[in-house]
Amino acid sequence: MIRRAVRFVDTRTATTPIVRKTLRYLFPDHWSFLLGEVALYAFLVLVATGIYLTFFFVDSTRDVVYHGPYVPLQGQHMSEAYRSVLNISTTVKAGLLIRQTHHWAANVFTAAIILHLFRVFFTGAYRKPRGLIYAIGVTMLMVTLLEAYVGYSLVDDLLSGMGLVIGYSVGLSLPLVGGNLMSWLFHGPFPGQASFWPRMYVAHVFLFPVLIGSLLTVHLLLVAMRHHTQFRQTTSESEHAARGVPTFPGQAPRSLGLLFGTAGILFLLGGLVQINPIWLWGPYHTYLSTNGAQPDWYLGWLIGGLRLVPSIDVTIGHYTLVPNPFWGGAAFPLVVFGFLYCWPAIERKFTGDYAFHNLLERPRDNPMRTAVGIGMVTWVLLVFIAGSSDRVYVWLNVSYTSQIDVYRVLVFVIPLLAAAIAHRVCEELVAGEKVDEDGHRAEAEARLART
Amino acid sequence: MKQHASLALTVAVVALSSAQGKQLYGQYCVSCHGANGQGVTHGRTIGGAPQRIQQQQTGVGPSLRGVGALAADFYLRTGYMPLHRVGDQPRRARVLFDDAQIRSLVAYIASLKKGPPIPKPHPERGSLSAGLHLFTDHCAGCHQVVAQGGVVSGALPPPLENATDVQIAEAVRIGPYVMPEFSTKAITDHQLDSIIRYVDWAKHPDNHGGWSIGDIGPVPEGLVTWFLAAALLVAICVVVGKRLRHE
Amino acid sequence: MSRARAFVVSSIVLLLGRGRRRPPRQAERVLPELPPDPGAETVVLALLFAAALFAAGFIVVYAVDSLPDHTQLLGAALGLSLLCIAAAMIIVAKRLIVTEELVEPYPPEEHPGEQELIVQLVAESGDRITRRRLFKLGLGAAGGTLGLAALAPALSFGPLFQTKYFRGTPWRKGTRLVDESSRPYRASDIEENDFYTAFPEGTSLAAREDLGAPIVLVRLPKSLLKLPPELAGFDAEGIVAYSKICTHAGCAISTYRAPLFQPDEPRPALVCPCHYSTFDPADGGSVTFGPAGRRLPMLPLSIDSKGFLRAKGNFDDEVGPTWWGTRIWRPQP
Repeated sequence: MIRRAVRFVDTRTATTPIVRKTLRYLFPDHWSFLLGEVALYAFLVLVATGIYLTFFFVDSTRDVVYHGPYVPLQGQHMSEAYRSVLNISTTVKAGLLIRQTHHWAANVFTAAIILHLFRVFFTGAYRKPRGLIYAIGVTMLMVTLLEAYVGYSLVDDLLSGMGLVIGYSVGLSLPLVGGNLMSWLFHGPFPGQASFWPRMYVAHVFLFPVLIGSLLTVHLLLVAMRHHTQFRQTTSESEHAARGVPTFPGQAPRSLGLLFGTAGILFLLGGLVQINPIWLWGPYHTYLSTNGAQPDWYLGWLIGGLRLVPSIDVTIGHYTLVPNPFWGGAAFPLVVFGFLYCWPAIERKFTGDYAFHNLLERPRDNPMRTAVGIGMVTWVLLVFIAGSSDRVYVWLNVSYTSQIDVYRVLVFVIPLLAAAIAHRVCEELVAGEKVDEDGHRAEAEARLART
Repeated sequence: MKQHASLALTVAVVALSSAQGKQLYGQYCVSCHGANGQGVTHGRTIGGAPQRIQQQQTGVGPSLRGVGALAADFYLRTGYMPLHRVGDQPRRARVLFDDAQIRSLVAYIASLKKGPPIPKPHPERGSLSAGLHLFTDHCAGCHQVVAQGGVVSGALPPPLENATDVQIAEAVRIGPYVMPEFSTKAITDHQLDSIIRYVDWAKHPDNHGGWSIGDIGPVPEGLVTWFLAAALLVAICVVVGKRLRHE
Repeated sequence: MSRARAFVVSSIVLLLGRGRRRPPRQAERVLPELPPDPGAETVVLALLFAAALFAAGFIVVYAVDSLPDHTQLLGAALGLSLLCIAAAMIIVAKRLIVTEELVEPYPPEEHPGEQELIVQLVAESGDRITRRRLFKLGLGAAGGTLGLAALAPALSFGPLFQTKYFRGTPWRKGTRLVDESSRPYRASDIEENDFYTAFPEGTSLAAREDLGAPIVLVRLPKSLLKLPPELAGFDAEGIVAYSKICTHAGCAISTYRAPLFQPDEPRPALVCPCHYSTFDPADGGSVTFGPAGRRLPMLPLSIDSKGFLRAKGNFDDEVGPTWWGTRIWRPQP
């Protein structure tokens, strides 16, 4: 039967040589190469659950009065969009499961991309000839953050509505062009016209997913054509030869196991752990807000940025050159993404290393890169933590205002310290290995001499 | 005849109670609230005492004349008072007095000048959806929409999971510390019933999505994403793949 | 009868297997030969059947409405089914298939010969063109302007060159202040230590979502009021009105710090719950803490003959979050 199928494909498509090559493509077997796959599988779950949700979501901000089964919102005014999500969460069978799985998958997708980015960055996998793959990856991260933000803003609940107006304000704060740009995007000032919601919807269900999907395809194709990088673990690996496990039969059940594992964990979370209970928040109105509102974690670094910047609007005469939200909401992520995009070129310039690299370095083998990376991560992490200092005030009773003042200094001092420590640790680890090596060689010599 | 007797008895009990309250007041409250509850704005230095920190500080406190049984009952039953340190935000703390002592103190404060009595709310007469709407309008900005508590510059609006119906009604009318004071004109008694009904509901909100992880939204969700989901997935990767070999 | 027996026999055979299959007769194997592992096989089979059971459970739970914790049961059933398959796959990977470790060369860094061919192809294809520079200019002009033309309809999205819509608010001189139920506010309704949300009378529900519509009202004792000269007279008997929309990032300012006992407690303030920008209502809404770079716009108030609160004009400054042209705005009468 297999023979019949293979023959069918070959005669109709003439692709058997390619299929054979694909089936015997060698995958590196280190576990850290699977992180990108986790992201891919989370993306598949997102698309599948997302398609289901599109059949029930209504992308309209038309005002309606709720008369459904959820008692605390009886008789309240809300948008049709919010009501449709209430409907999905309370009335549609399995609706809440699919919705929660979708949201968990978005969170896990972003986390997996970042873990994958760490592996790629700290091992130098982005070096020539893989700079293009890396740039595509960073672009996908950016688009994913935007896509996820738009996704949870579509619900029009109190929390995400507050987040949307903040996003609008960051857009407004772009020097010179912000006002015009936001007026164009929203069709007037916030909340914009009735056409804005369908715009967000089309962006979320079509434009961004197609963009991510296309970029992902190119990303994977390029990885396959250039072949994966690898760690040097045995004498078989070198810059010219790769060692690995072929797609079939070796890698296939492993990858399938990871696929079902990822999907399984996501559906378990979707059913067992509540996420974004929008029925508790109520609908969004511009004249309402609640304490304790936070964006989803992958935008938490931005709320930290927005809260830390002291009260300054940079003005020239009557013109506001840089409104306050720009620094924390736009400049900060621009610097971070700018660093991510430019780092390969900066590293090449500094080290003078323009050669091809197929082998990876362990983080300790390149102390400068590791130190810079740790410094950046620490910076972002500290700003992120600063963004939740209000909850720290609630839990530990440390005054919010004092925390903010302290963080304003720490976010610049600690990353430098962390980078210095990371550099030192790398050097020490490498030195320690050399001592071990020397020790083993000396013992072997001694054993030889005794015989 | 019987009515007169019971009235006389009540008055006598109240008088006795009030007298005992005056004694307690003298013991615990007078250093900050002044004699006869007139308040202290230019404070004197007061020393340590069993109910407050063992440190010298300047005792100041608002006047209690006219605050009525409503306020006294609230501050004493929640443990807001006696305050541990002058200048701190009054918060739910140890309740220093037993029921009889509280009643006597309340009677004394009420006797200083005519003030509002202890309220008798009826949340069962209120509407849950009106309650959510009113709570979002007036309260969520400080207390968070599911009453999980929050932050403002300079104060910590508390979570309301331990607040009884009477205490909610009292706090709304008093406006303790920096909380706004809502009179019956701003929030009618019937609206207050709805708000209380909602706050009671919010103590066990609708969490049919599963483990509620705090009802405050994205922060715990992020923690679950990284420390539960990502950790599990990395573990699966380590099981599926191989660790670094050193040959 | 014999059919039943055949069924039983074939089930037993399926479950217990037919023993080790003989290797094929071909001379060379592609994959190395490794012994079977019936223990692992049984575990995998059990996992697969468990997965089937869980998936069936999902269908059953889906169909039965009356079960409590519906979402949890559905999630558990589907999740466990998927995890069983995952476990089965991983055991297959580790124990039941051959995991080869092969070595092969990386693809070459470059293909110089092919590169040369392509470069030569392109170069020679332009041999017949004499005015190369002009051609490039022509193509560039055509393509570039066509591109711009293709982008032009995007301008219909919204007013890209018109920023006047940022200036408008629904407030005019004489507009009455109403609450959410459209009941007009009397000055006597506004009490100290409380805060009120008001809208312009006559606005529809949709119009109330405009950032220029909602205002927050507080009453301060005259002794506390210290309005700057340009805002003198904006209050009405100590009642002040500010835009409810924070000038930092647009959240509604739904928090009012109303101290019970002044000497000991923080001063009255309007606080935004998003990033804790704190505004002083006594001096025209200046920023006392937090990231907001601009004070709150103030609405001048008057009290009419019947005691109702009315706007005396428009805000003194542009409402909402700041952009390039915010401070150029001059108040409309």
